[in-house]
Amino acid sequence: MRMREKIILRVVSKAFIPFIFLFALYIQFHGDFGPGGGFQAGVVFAAGIILYGVIFGLDTMRLAVPERLMEYGIVLGLILYGGVGIVSLISGANFLDYDVLNAHDPTHGQHLGILLVELGVGITVTCAMTTIFYALAGRGEK
Amino acid sequence: MMEQLPALQVVLPLFSALLCLLIRNKTASRLFAVAVSWGCLAIALILLRTVQETGIISYHFGGWFPPLGIEYRIDLLNAYVLIIVAMISAVVLPFGVGHWGLSIPEGREYLFFCAFLLCISGLLGITITGDAFNVFVFLEITSLSSYALIAMGRNRRALRAAFTYLVMGTVGGTFILIGIGMMYLETGTLNMVDIANRLPLAYGSRTVLVAFAFLTVGVGIKLAVFPLHHWLPNAYSYAPATVSAFLAATATKVSYYVLVRVIFTLFGAAYIFETLRFHVLLIPLSLLAMFIGSTVAIYQTNIKRLLAYSSISQIGYMTLGLSFASINGLTGGLVHLFNHALMKGGLFLVLASVMHSIASNEIDDMRGLGRKMPFTMAAFVLGGLSLIGVPGTVGFISKWYLVVAALEKGWYPIAVLILLSSFLAVIYIWRVVEIFFFREPAAEKSIKEAPLSMLIPTWILIGGTLFFGLQTEWTAGVAGSVANFLLGGLP
Repeated sequence: MRMREKIILRVVSKAFIPFIFLFALYIQFHGDFGPGGGFQAGVVFAAGIILYGVIFGLDTMRLAVPERLMEYGIVLGLILYGGVGIVSLISGANFLDYDVLNAHDPTHGQHLGILLVELGVGITVTCAMTTIFYALAGRGEK
Repeated sequence: MMEQLPALQVVLPLFSALLCLLIRNKTASRLFAVAVSWGCLAIALILLRTVQETGIISYHFGGWFPPLGIEYRIDLLNAYVLIIVAMISAVVLPFGVGHWGLSIPEGREYLFFCAFLLCISGLLGITITGDAFNVFVFLEITSLSSYALIAMGRNRRALRAAFTYLVMGTVGGTFILIGIGMMYLETGTLNMVDIANRLPLAYGSRTVLVAFAFLTVGVGIKLAVFPLHHWLPNAYSYAPATVSAFLAATATKVSYYVLVRVIFTLFGAAYIFETLRFHVLLIPLSLLAMFIGSTVAIYQTNIKRLLAYSSISQIGYMTLGLSFASINGLTGGLVHLFNHALMKGGLFLVLASVMHSIASNEIDDMRGLGRKMPFTMAAFVLGGLSLIGVPGTVGFISKWYLVVAALEKGWYPIAVLILLSSFLAVIYIWRVVEIFFFREPAAEKSIKEAPLSMLIPTWILIGGTLFFGLQTEWTAGVAGSVANFLLGGLP
């Protein structure tokens, strides 16, 4: 029996995927205060995308998350991370010194810095995981 | 901005590697990578000047003070190794600009330059950092990118070579990590200066001993010290031509730097050489490397393999210099770092030009090539003379220091063995030079001299072997003060 005929899997996964994404976002943005952070969130988010791909097929997945987009995403996340460092360099502090990100309150600067850096990590990990899935699942197609 | 240079030294190539992925155009990404490598060289030169004038530079990442935060700590030793890495990448990347084809896989050019820049930033990062765990992180960046680079070789056997290197390299990396973990266990810190201060309190403990064992074996794999060299010949022979030149000239040098750092900064020369008597192990292995490497090189039919085995024997010279634990010995080892980078880089670039012209690196196919490509093959002869250690070339300088160090210690047999092993180099170099210049060319194919964009980088390195063979102030001078600095506590 082919995957698209398994109605239970299709319905259950369709219901689950939004919650997986939501949970990933929770891990991502609650990471400053509790357990979690960009890497874990990225993996969970990518797990949602990959689940979609496994159930609905590679071609459908490509429509939802284009391969090229994922490749750019890897770079984008890292540029976000590095960009925070560059901004603090330009502001006259050492690389990745978040204190200077907020002119009024260094503590707020630290908050903003770690939030952006973790977001960068999250984007890169999501896209890298998905790209690895594409690379493995797409073998033998070309 | 000047005080941010230590961070930029690593951030610049790391960030540019990502931008290469966005550029995608092959010519643009290549020119971009070249510009970045020149920028890195400029930063490295400024850093060396600053260290020479004002002493050790300490850079605190994110404004966190060591030992809590990550510290980049640049003393003479790092600054010297940074120059080697930056210089070689600045010469190898422009090699063959305007010519595509054999050395870089088609359609994946931008990925090639991305991996290349990542490898550069990893090597620079290992060298510049003052944090033991950071060394491991950058080691992994270097390793992963170099596996990818080697696997891009045209021959399908490159994949297997890359895989062998991957397995060996991962074992090495894991051992280094275990070693660092044990040092952390014993001292409670990862900052190198801090470890060095606290380790003497724990000298008697077995954990420290095991940590040192793991670190040496791990670094030994990366450095390809004699019995752990298995991955090296295949990796160098099947990698794309310019990658061989780059890795042969830098990767093992940086591993050697890590070994020196571990022995002289972290554990202290007195403990390693007087209590543990490490040289009793290292000297025989170095001598075996010198002789077995050279002997195997004589029998190779592929010229890249020949140079790879010669690299193993040259690494033997470097570790031999280190195990003397004297100023002259260490100077010899360190100056050979620079000198070997020049000559091996130059020789592998010659082979890259040959690959471009005749699409082969088999010695048989290169019969009479000296008549068709006189400038390229003349560079090979000069590089070969330097490998042998003929006076007037850099090879002589290194061997001179090693022989002097052996005589100082009264170890006359070792001095004799150093000279004897040079004769093996004469055999393997002369054997191929004879084929290149005194045999009839195979068939009447129209083989042309390599283009200028290949000749110029090759001759910069080969010219360097002659220049620094006579002008020793900048190389042996710096290496000598590094050795003084490292052996501050020892006579």
